[in-house]
Amino acid sequence: MNTSHYCPHTPEEIQEMLAAIGVSSVEELFAPIPAELRCSTFNLPAGMSEFETFAKLQAVAADNSQNLSLFIGGGFYDHIIPAAVDHLSGRAEFYTAYTPYQPECSQGTLQALFEYQTAICRLTGLDVSNASLYDGATGLAEAALMAMRATNRTKVIVDGCVSPIARQVLATYLSNQDAELVELPPLDGLLNRAELAKQLDANTAAVLVQYPNVFGCVEDFSGLADQAHAAGALLVTAVYPVALGILKTPGELGADIAVGDGQSLGNPLSFGGPSFGFIAAKKAHIRNMPGRIVGETVDKNGKRGFVLTLQAREQHIKRHKATSNICSNQSLCALRGLIFLGAIGKQGLADLARLNYDKAEYAKSCLSTLPGVTVLQTAPTFNEFTVSLPKPADQVVEALLKKGIAAGLPLGRFYAGSENMLVVTVTEKRSKKEIDLLVKELEVVLCN
Amino acid sequence: MQLIYEKSVNGRRGVMLPASDVPAAVALPQNLLRSESAGLPELSELDLVRHFTNLSRRNFSVDTNFYPLGSCTMKYNAKVLENAANLFAPLHPMTALLPGGEELCQGSLGMLYDLGQMLVDITGMDEVTTQPLAGAHGEMTGMLLVAAYHKAKGNKKKYVVVPDSSHGTNPASAAMVGYEIITIPTAPYGDMDLELFKQAMNGEVAAVMMTCPNTLGLFNPYIKEIADIAHSHDALMYYDGANLNAIMGKVRPGDVGFDVVHVNLHKTFGTPHGGGGPGSGPVGVKKSLIPFLPMPRIIHDEVSGKLEIQTDNPLSIGRTANFFGNFGVMVKAYTYMIMLGREGLIQVSEQAVLNANYIKEKLKGYFDLPYSQTCMHEVVFSASKQLAQGVHAIDIAKFLIDKGYHPPTVYFPMIVKEAIMIEPTETESKATMDAFIEVMIEAAQQAESDPDSFAAMPVTMPVTRLDETRAARSQTVCCLG
Repeated sequence: MNTSHYCPHTPEEIQEMLAAIGVSSVEELFAPIPAELRCSTFNLPAGMSEFETFAKLQAVAADNSQNLSLFIGGGFYDHIIPAAVDHLSGRAEFYTAYTPYQPECSQGTLQALFEYQTAICRLTGLDVSNASLYDGATGLAEAALMAMRATNRTKVIVDGCVSPIARQVLATYLSNQDAELVELPPLDGLLNRAELAKQLDANTAAVLVQYPNVFGCVEDFSGLADQAHAAGALLVTAVYPVALGILKTPGELGADIAVGDGQSLGNPLSFGGPSFGFIAAKKAHIRNMPGRIVGETVDKNGKRGFVLTLQAREQHIKRHKATSNICSNQSLCALRGLIFLGAIGKQGLADLARLNYDKAEYAKSCLSTLPGVTVLQTAPTFNEFTVSLPKPADQVVEALLKKGIAAGLPLGRFYAGSENMLVVTVTEKRSKKEIDLLVKELEVVLCN
Repeated sequence: MQLIYEKSVNGRRGVMLPASDVPAAVALPQNLLRSESAGLPELSELDLVRHFTNLSRRNFSVDTNFYPLGSCTMKYNAKVLENAANLFAPLHPMTALLPGGEELCQGSLGMLYDLGQMLVDITGMDEVTTQPLAGAHGEMTGMLLVAAYHKAKGNKKKYVVVPDSSHGTNPASAAMVGYEIITIPTAPYGDMDLELFKQAMNGEVAAVMMTCPNTLGLFNPYIKEIADIAHSHDALMYYDGANLNAIMGKVRPGDVGFDVVHVNLHKTFGTPHGGGGPGSGPVGVKKSLIPFLPMPRIIHDEVSGKLEIQTDNPLSIGRTANFFGNFGVMVKAYTYMIMLGREGLIQVSEQAVLNANYIKEKLKGYFDLPYSQTCMHEVVFSASKQLAQGVHAIDIAKFLIDKGYHPPTVYFPMIVKEAIMIEPTETESKATMDAFIEVMIEAAQQAESDPDSFAAMPVTMPVTRLDETRAARSQTVCCLG
């Protein structure tokens, strides 16, 4: 046996260990595996040095076009990431630790997660947060399940303006549960309130809405919580955390549960993962929360410290009666979120949100001047908005991609009859020059 | 240590934002705006850096301490993995779903496809989905596939069978898919009781979920028989891949009769655990389950040689997560796999098993060993001898912390009283293990000579033992602004 990259034993050490065990070969240790079950084939390629491996990865990455001018969002956003985020989350004491089951030697992770939970509560205006979920889409599904537990009801009503991808995940999660999922088709890019009133009944566990929604609209949801509560249902809001720099909080709206994807807080796009999901709720619902929760306590000397708490909800104790099956979460991504929020700060997040809004409004006003282009005007928007084009959006996007511009997300694949609709996203990273170029190139494509 | 909020000073800034190069727009209507800014901390960059650097120093981690946490495979995480993941950071996932966008993502799609093919080879399955975001998420995805399979066949199934030694996620994941659980006790030989299993099996069982080697670190000698019995009832075999580190190149779940497998890339394939995540839990399936795999799927077009994305398949269980899974984690696992290669991965399993058996042999004279046969990658002791002196497994854990070791997993599996579950992994040297063994022996001796001394431990950490009851009662999970 040769010593390879990460197996340190010398042949002499292996012999010493085998002698201590009382066997003559490593192979003997595999005797418990019946001979007839042993591998007949194992065909992986031979290993390589670190240098060769990295060169291969560079070649693989070069097969991507990663220098697009991004006007796409749809739940994942191209935001700035302060350098400190990479450096601090890159501390090996953070990233090579595991779940803080032994609190005394894990106070770093535990305190950071407590600070993270605090940031999420303050961002959403709610009382309690867990230590992260997988992503925003699974977070929405977990929120629906949580509401079903809290109300002991089985019907879930979801606004059709919620991200179609998140709604697909929700449907998958509920598919084998004793649950009824009702989707309300959008009305001009907004929640169909008349239809909601019809659907709300004594078995409704939750009403799920999102803001800004998939069309970019920031709908005025005042009164919605009262409407849901009057029927005994909970209000769940999916939110975009950067937008909460300025937008009314789920807490102010009277929501019971808020969820969202934390990618936009200091996590790279990375082809969709890893990011993290956050979930916050009113305190009354804490025992129905999924996943890990960090709580404050004191040690034997009365000194403040942090532990994983309310673990009796979790799978490692409750097994099939747990509030969720989640074990590993997205702790390191949540830490990145906290560092991001700490670096940006109170005023900074409001300024960042405002900058996104201003850039998107500029792009919106420019695009609205193009012949045949109309902007969906039913509600104010944040950093995404929907335009109707005089041509199929797929055609337009494909043409602009060839010029290095990802012009937006065509809605046709998600909403029948919306083939000419395009959702355009503008974050703070898009310069006026890039926006002007988008407008110019779009005009060219539309004129051809 | 102060909370970051306690260090906050009104008006301080950590980061400067880009200046606006567009005109200020008319503000959003007041009724849509929050009444006050979110109470986030305000620190200079240096204060922020000191805060988190000092927090990090309050952690044990693989890079600073031996971390033999059983069931978690806390192996060394190669540094080049981090560099590799950064190469792919700027790619937006929606790019792949745009018309003509697949062409721009061939590198990422190719990596995912190749990773899937390598996992097919390692597990003996026919196809892999990379979408599940962690092990438990893979379990849920796998059980959704099981449910879809039975539905398509018109089977009426109600139950999922698990051994009582299973990870808690197994029954919890089956429950998320609406199944009721039948739990089979462990026999004195350390594996699921075969006779009781046979009695429990019936036509309403949808699947049998097993970890092999199991959480006692033992390879089930009757595994093939169990699979045959399950299949005779048209129940599927689910393999919890948490312990795959023991068997690479030695035995493949697919060859033994498993139909669905999840793999924990953050355990077996060297990606860091991140203080609790992110993980990644790809799921492999046999041919009979391929039609039900989640969307989007990456398909290799034989004619064009290109990779394409399939999003419309009516038989699919749907979507279990946003996009293609925890892509950045998969880049790391892929890097690990191609770097170690065939021989390297075989050696990983061999030395993981060698290390566990070495520790088992060296400590069995000092700690009770309820199942004494040759173990695979981990060994489970019991502190029952020490308990006679009033010293619990948790006390030994705290003793180890004071000696600079992250404790093994304690009180799991639940079927072993005062369990101490040690998984050294292959990356630890003999010298590290010898030193650990010495300290464990010292713990056993001190439990005899001075059992009362344990109650105060640990004394070397920023905090002593913490009041968990108080935490659960007060439910202080955030600090008020």
